[in-house]
Amino acid sequence: MLRLEKISKQYASLQVVDKISLDVPPGNIFGIIGRSGAGKSTLLRLMNLLEKPDSGAMYLGERRVDTLSGRELLLERRKMGMIFQNFNLFSSRNVADNVAYPLEIAGLPRRQIDLRVGELLELTQISDKRRARLRELSGGQKQRVAIARALAAEPQILFCDEATSALDPQTTRSILSLIKNLQKFLQITVVVVTHQMEVIRAICEQVAVLEDGHVAESGAVKNVFARPKSSAARELLHAA
Amino acid sequence: MPPNLHEILGLLPQATLETIYMTFASTFLACLLGLPLGIYLFVTSPAGLRPQSAVYNILSRLVNLFRSFPFIILMILLMPLSRLLIHTSIGPAAVVIPLSISAAPFVARVVEAALEEVDKGCLLAAQAMGSTDWQIVRKVLLPEALPALVSGLALTIITIIGYTAMAGAIGGGGLGDLAIRFGYYRFRQDITLAAVVVILILVESVQLGGTLFSRSLLNKR
Ligand SMILES: Nc1ncnc2c1ncn2[C@@H]1O[C@H](COP(=O)(O)OP(=O)(O)O)[C@@H](O)[C@H]1O
Ligand SMILES: [Mg+2]
Repeated sequence: MLRLEKISKQYASLQVVDKISLDVPPGNIFGIIGRSGAGKSTLLRLMNLLEKPDSGAMYLGERRVDTLSGRELLLERRKMGMIFQNFNLFSSRNVADNVAYPLEIAGLPRRQIDLRVGELLELTQISDKRRARLRELSGGQKQRVAIARALAAEPQILFCDEATSALDPQTTRSILSLIKNLQKFLQITVVVVTHQMEVIRAICEQVAVLEDGHVAESGAVKNVFARPKSSAARELLHAA
Repeated sequence: MPPNLHEILGLLPQATLETIYMTFASTFLACLLGLPLGIYLFVTSPAGLRPQSAVYNILSRLVNLFRSFPFIILMILLMPLSRLLIHTSIGPAAVVIPLSISAAPFVARVVEAALEEVDKGCLLAAQAMGSTDWQIVRKVLLPEALPALVSGLALTIITIIGYTAMAGAIGGGGLGDLAIRFGYYRFRQDITLAAVVVILILVESVQLGGTLFSRSLLNKR
């Protein structure tokens, strides 16, 4: 689905992503775990085409995407959804209008937008808040709205950057199970970035352990957790 | 009615209307120039949508240069422009042009500051969804910054009211002109006082209106 070949990114003199190669298989939940500062968010911004790598190549399906620019780049970004730790919803818009945003920028007619927004809020089980203002929502409800917005343009891939790190354990579980169900139902690929072992254990099939901008180890979740080879993986296991 | 009061009441309405006219016409034109400039400053700033440090630094310096210029001097320098555009350099209409141009850099900074306060996460989300820069400006930046922009507009109007009073010194008309012509040259402190009171009332109403409007926008969220 998404293939990274020796992707590198440097900020000033700091090598934040160091020759990372990854193969994210389609129709799967892929986990990326690492301590704070390991380079996870930067890696996601690269995957999601918000940043250009200094070197390396990235393919979405068969298509090379890291070299795109202009209109093509925007269209490719529209095929990718993303959710964040702090939700990053637009406070100037109510729930429905947040979900409508990606459809508006794609130029859909209003009637179609309204229908689709209804479906999406249904899908993320937040229909009762359709007309609500954001400050009337709890964290978990906001993340549901953010998920609806991220899925609005029918992306093939959904990126989650610490999507449950601001939520309490119970809400975390409900959001994780929503993501898992949506992945199955919509047959999309999900990439989950987190520093929490529980998140990986709960929904991922495969995991890559990130340390100082490189992949310390990767493989099936059960193998990596049962027999961690890298010190980074062992450390994260102990922390959990 | 004592004769003084009668005289003051005869002079004030005309001068007040002139001040209001100069203020609103100048604010409108200053925003017309300053809003795009402020947006452009933000977009090219280091933390903006499309950082361009060379462009940003040059524009930023120019804006600072204009802003650090004493208003009254700028005004005199820009008077020929009024003569060129509306064929007079005297009266309320003539000062609108230098006023707008002097206030535009101020507006640009106010706009830039308002946009800087927009949550960076929102911009990141909008970019991740494949928005064009223009879509981000129109559908995210400006709506998100609207309460701050409204406060900024009030601040701009208040600053321009102050400028119009100074413009009175060079024949601009309005309350400042009244205060200078009567109060200063003819020792009529009562007229100066009346003009000052009206200016204070104008400033306070704009301040109050701006605060209430901005707050009501925030409460809708
Ligand atoms: N835009 C940037 N400019 C400079 N340094 C950055 C930038 N983004 C991230 N970094 C640095 O890169 C490192 C990794 O950051 P990040 O990718 O956010 O890690 P994580 O998400 O794993 O916590 C940190 O040291 C951070 O300070
Ligand atoms: Mg991060």
